[in-house]
Amino acid sequence: MRDEQNQTAKNFVEQVVALAPALAGARGEGLERFAKAGLPTTRVEAWKFTNLRGLDKLTLGPAPDAATVPVDAIPTALDAPGPRLVFVAGQYRADLSRVGDLPDGVVLTASVGEAAPVAGDGPFRTLNSALSSLGAVLRVAAGVKLTSPVELVFIAATTGDKAALWNPRIVIDIADGAEATVVEHHVGANAGTYVSNIVADVTVGVAARLHHYKLQAEGLDAWHLANVATHLAQDAVYDTFVLNLGARLARHEARQVLDGTGIAARVSGAYAISGNQVSDITTLIDHAKPHCTSREVVKGVIDGAARAVFQGKIIVRPDAQKTDGYQLNRALLLSDQAEINSKPELEIYADDVKCSHGATAGELDEDQMFYLRARGIPRDAARVLLIGAFLDEALDEIIDETVRAYFRARAEAWMGAR
Amino acid sequence: MSLIEIKNLHATVDGKAILKGVDLTIKAGEVHAIMGPNGAGKSTLSYVLAGREGYEVTEGSVTFDGQDLLSMEIEERAAAGLFLAFQYPVEIPGVSNTTFLKEALNAVRKTRGETPLDAMQFLKLIRAKAKDLSMNDDMIKRAVNVGFSGGEKKRNEALQMAVLQPKLAILDETDSGLDIDALKIVAEGVNKLRGPERGMLVITHYQRLLDYIVPDVVHVLAHGRIVKSGGKELALELEAKGYAEFGVSEAA
Repeated sequence: MRDEQNQTAKNFVEQVVALAPALAGARGEGLERFAKAGLPTTRVEAWKFTNLRGLDKLTLGPAPDAATVPVDAIPTALDAPGPRLVFVAGQYRADLSRVGDLPDGVVLTASVGEAAPVAGDGPFRTLNSALSSLGAVLRVAAGVKLTSPVELVFIAATTGDKAALWNPRIVIDIADGAEATVVEHHVGANAGTYVSNIVADVTVGVAARLHHYKLQAEGLDAWHLANVATHLAQDAVYDTFVLNLGARLARHEARQVLDGTGIAARVSGAYAISGNQVSDITTLIDHAKPHCTSREVVKGVIDGAARAVFQGKIIVRPDAQKTDGYQLNRALLLSDQAEINSKPELEIYADDVKCSHGATAGELDEDQMFYLRARGIPRDAARVLLIGAFLDEALDEIIDETVRAYFRARAEAWMGAR
Repeated sequence: MSLIEIKNLHATVDGKAILKGVDLTIKAGEVHAIMGPNGAGKSTLSYVLAGREGYEVTEGSVTFDGQDLLSMEIEERAAAGLFLAFQYPVEIPGVSNTTFLKEALNAVRKTRGETPLDAMQFLKLIRAKAKDLSMNDDMIKRAVNVGFSGGEKKRNEALQMAVLQPKLAILDETDSGLDIDALKIVAEGVNKLRGPERGMLVITHYQRLLDYIVPDVVHVLAHGRIVKSGGKELALELEAKGYAEFGVSEAA
């Protein structure tokens, strides 16, 4: 376990441990495990393209008292606000949240409870398990269809020049035959330096449906580390999408287990980054049972000296015959220094499956630019048209039309600011 | 008054001299044709006028509607009223024809100091223009030129021209890839735009197109220069005799 050679950002790890409250039991053990294992270097395969060394430059301090932070706007993808939980600097703000008028069988609360279990592995999961005391919980009972989307809003705030760390936990539990839509917002424009370490545990029951969308628009000095584990049961329909726009470094790691027959999973995403940003989307789609389909479309635009990482692994277990898997990863490079590291991995142990994948990287098409401009469309508007068309292929994977339009508008705002 | 005045135009592509002193003046109301063998510089001339990158003007001047054309950006030339109908129209997946036309028209209107059309006004306009060219709603809604046949692409060029109402239309080998029915439809669309305030430059290898778009003046472009000019009968002469007298062995 202890492998000093493969550890990085030790100063950060030490600061985290020093600032942690006194912890007992499983939490204490978790923090000890985190301290011992440290953070992985790029020599560790899963972190080959994403370097955590920069965390060492941070000076950690306490997060501000959320009650003292003025919040002038709460982001929403909806025309009219529905149920929502709002967190500021990692703390719950009941006054900004809306949890009334929920149908019977629906629980929406900010209390995870003391026994936050350690689910899965990895350094940030371990850290979250040790330190997380708050988060968002949505439970929808069997057969209940929640029509209004639920929004989980995380607004960043820091004090002065010290970096803050928070570890929210998200629990989404959609019971058999139930249905819900969840939109996560992670925002922090001008919020300074902070580390948002999010863990989400999602379960979708038999023939249940979950539309799970996430907009990551953290501040440009932020570190966004998210780890999502999703368990899907027979005939479940799961549609998830992440849009990475913000953060200095964002890693969205999503693992979904298709643990029943007849499951349809869509695991897609998009990103638009510039400057020195890093966007990492790392996914695992684990086909454990036969007759399931999975679809993954991840596309992004990279400007400046920004770098994107896509690691997409699909496992088809020996039992998972008649699997139908599709994966597409495309990057649009807008500058000479822009970079994409793409690593599709297919591990197929069954012999009667259909799995396809493709990865491309390219620049804006000069012929298309000339054609648009020759019709009077100015250069910048022509670029916006072409970049928008490029991203649409990914955004079109979002089933919920309202959310799709909102995400499209956010991506468009990014393009307009180029 | 001359709409466009090209004087002693020299241009290179990848360091290779293609245009070697083109002189050409088109007055408002006139239709000129440029004929010439392959490699004479016909398409280069059209790209230089439209402002395509990679085509470097080394000498000469072009005055368009009183302005120095060569100092203008690609989109400024379009907004000023210059339109190039492409020999090979470009496919743009993910951008609908409607969006494309609307962006183009409103960008051009904005430059001209006109108010943009709203969605209803625009749809009405585009439907009427499309109908003239026997284009159905489906072709207007589809992504720009994606999955279009050769004839449909050229009709789409004619549609853009009809919507943008340019002062000078340059038609680069518009007849290539067209069967006779499509050719007639496109020519009809082009002829509708003929008027006392508009000029046209029809670039073609073959005389066929000029049966339908009858020019006032025909020029022969060979070795990067206009080597002969005449009336519409010159086109027929070239069709019969080829380009041999201009030192080109290729048969027309």
